[in-house]
Amino acid sequence: MTKFKTFALGMLTAAAAQPVLATDLEVTHWWTSGAEAAAIRVISEGFQKSGNTWVDGAIAGAGGVARPLITSRITGGDPMGATQFTHGQAMRELIEAGFMRDVTEVAEAQGWKDQIFPQSLLDSCTFEGKLYCVPSNIHSQQWLWLNNAVFTDNGLSVPQNWDEFVAAAPKLREMDIIPLAQGQQSWQKQLMFNVLMVSIGGPELFERVYAGRDADYAAGSDVAKVFKAAAEARDLMEGSNVQAWNEAANLMISGRAAGQIMGDWVQGEFTQAGMTAGEDFSCLPGLGVNEYITAAGDAFYFPKVDDPEIIAAQDVLAGVIVSPETQVEFTKAKGALPVRRDVELRDPTPCMEKGMAILKEGHIVESINTMVSPDTVGRVTDLMIEFFADPSFSPETAQAEFAEIIATAD
Amino acid sequence: MSQSGKPTGLFKNLSAKIAAVPMVLTALVVFVGCSVWTIVYSFTNSRLLPSTKWVGLDQYERLWGTRRWLISIENLAIYGILMLILALVLGFLLAALIDQKIRFEDGFRTIFLYPYALSFIVTGLVWQWLLNPEFGIQHAVRSLGFETFTFDPLYNTNTVLYGVLIAGLWHTSGLVMCLMLAGLRGIDEDVWKATKIDGIPAWKTYLLVVIPMMRPVFITTLVLITSAIIKLYDLVIAQTGGGPGLASEVPAKFVFDMMFVSQNLAQGFAASSMMLVAVIVVIIPWAYLEFGGKKHG
Repeated sequence: MTKFKTFALGMLTAAAAQPVLATDLEVTHWWTSGAEAAAIRVISEGFQKSGNTWVDGAIAGAGGVARPLITSRITGGDPMGATQFTHGQAMRELIEAGFMRDVTEVAEAQGWKDQIFPQSLLDSCTFEGKLYCVPSNIHSQQWLWLNNAVFTDNGLSVPQNWDEFVAAAPKLREMDIIPLAQGQQSWQKQLMFNVLMVSIGGPELFERVYAGRDADYAAGSDVAKVFKAAAEARDLMEGSNVQAWNEAANLMISGRAAGQIMGDWVQGEFTQAGMTAGEDFSCLPGLGVNEYITAAGDAFYFPKVDDPEIIAAQDVLAGVIVSPETQVEFTKAKGALPVRRDVELRDPTPCMEKGMAILKEGHIVESINTMVSPDTVGRVTDLMIEFFADPSFSPETAQAEFAEIIATAD
Repeated sequence: MSQSGKPTGLFKNLSAKIAAVPMVLTALVVFVGCSVWTIVYSFTNSRLLPSTKWVGLDQYERLWGTRRWLISIENLAIYGILMLILALVLGFLLAALIDQKIRFEDGFRTIFLYPYALSFIVTGLVWQWLLNPEFGIQHAVRSLGFETFTFDPLYNTNTVLYGVLIAGLWHTSGLVMCLMLAGLRGIDEDVWKATKIDGIPAWKTYLLVVIPMMRPVFITTLVLITSAIIKLYDLVIAQTGGGPGLASEVPAKFVFDMMFVSQNLAQGFAASSMMLVAVIVVIIPWAYLEFGGKKHG
């Protein structure tokens, strides 16, 4: 319904205020959950202040649904004014084929180079020396979220790392509690595995496998530990029969599950349910083992258009997204981290502070999406869906197949 | 043009031919043209955008080495065979029952046909809820007091296809029933009278006399059901998303995911070309029997 409201609001303002300079800019995105919709409203309001009109193009469903729609609109010759997209190679081909507009001039005029942090955000937007996207926020995936009450009520102490969590699981099972909540959607399985890669295996392992494409190493004993942990996670997740990530979060909120491995965007769900970070729920970045996070995130891209008015509006939007005012409010609403170093978080939760501290230390790993092609991500995902669904799928077999994928990755 | 001379073969029924031109063009350009384009590009290494770098049969080799594709085919085969048999049997039974000059026939017909008016997405969502153990049929029966009742086909690798099948049958059998009913009504009353006089039991009349007479209806129905089976996609998306694991993956979903999610167009083209081949393998013998047979008979 929020989608409808924002849309209706957009249409209303479009009808009511028609100043001379107003340009309609359609912005597509897939931010439709409660916290996400509140966040996108921050940007749209900031943008409307410039006198232009924001036409909301929310696409229901996760990125997996929205991305194909967005790319086919761009390649099909019906580009929107601007669109949210995730960093990575997915956009690369569109840029190479000349469908996207670069915003280098705006970036230089506003001195983004000195403000945007970490630098890797701009790097992943850059192609042949030109900047093609505007990073809006940072999201990290490597978090284990725990419902404190579930542990303390059952006479357990709240785990401080993955091993303690695994050790607490049998007791939780006795109380008929699912230790680890997880939705069945395919991207969540992929996320789970790659979080284990970073957190259990460590950042060097993660980058050596995906960026270095070292297939022998991927078949070796270091990666075997990750697969062993994945098999443990599979046992812990048994009984978590929900589809979407926020339904899984609900299992944890209601106390039917004890924990969840999910990106930091899930925090918004917890706080919306009235839980307080640190008191009602805890967060363990890097699963409490290797405190490294992926500093990838969302970004806005601008398709190439001819209309000079739309181009001007695109530039305005680019400026609005990275402006400090938007960053403070936007990241607050979305539960994400800001892309600027000069922004102070407004009453950050202990979890956001942890994330910010890790970022400042530079404990950052590249995202899988920037290291390998969507095709390779798809193959890893397919393997993981099968592995996590079938308890008889041995970690050894899965690892051998994984190494094969890495050997032919691109 | 003068119509006085005897029209040659080409100009016979000229207006009908002119009227057919747009459809012929659409068929040639859209169906044939795009199919050929798809097949050609399945031999390239196209990713997000079509490219013309030829890689020979690599895409097909990879396709047939992908377990997900093999599972998809197997799933479609199981679903297809069961669907075909059960939809025909159920549809015919319903039609035969309704044909017994029952009261409220119109009402029953509407009720049975109604599911067909819903899209597969809606059907899928409704059945996803019904089959969800937390608030569906299992929950309802348990709250009646049967605490150990378990019915969650969609959450079990071995039964998920049957969960999809239930929804598919619910959706399709009404239409099959209507077609069959029309067929039954087309049978001359005299046939029934004759068999009654000869003392042939009703079930035997249906099996040995009526069904053979309804051959055209059966063939139409068969084509409709088969095409619905091959394009099976939305039902799976709404009900299971292909899960648990890969247990309810189907070829059409494989094609979509390859083309748009993995951004590997050529791999998706290769898979859809294989689907086309499968359709042709089914259609050619049928067309031969149907149209080739007519000339002789």
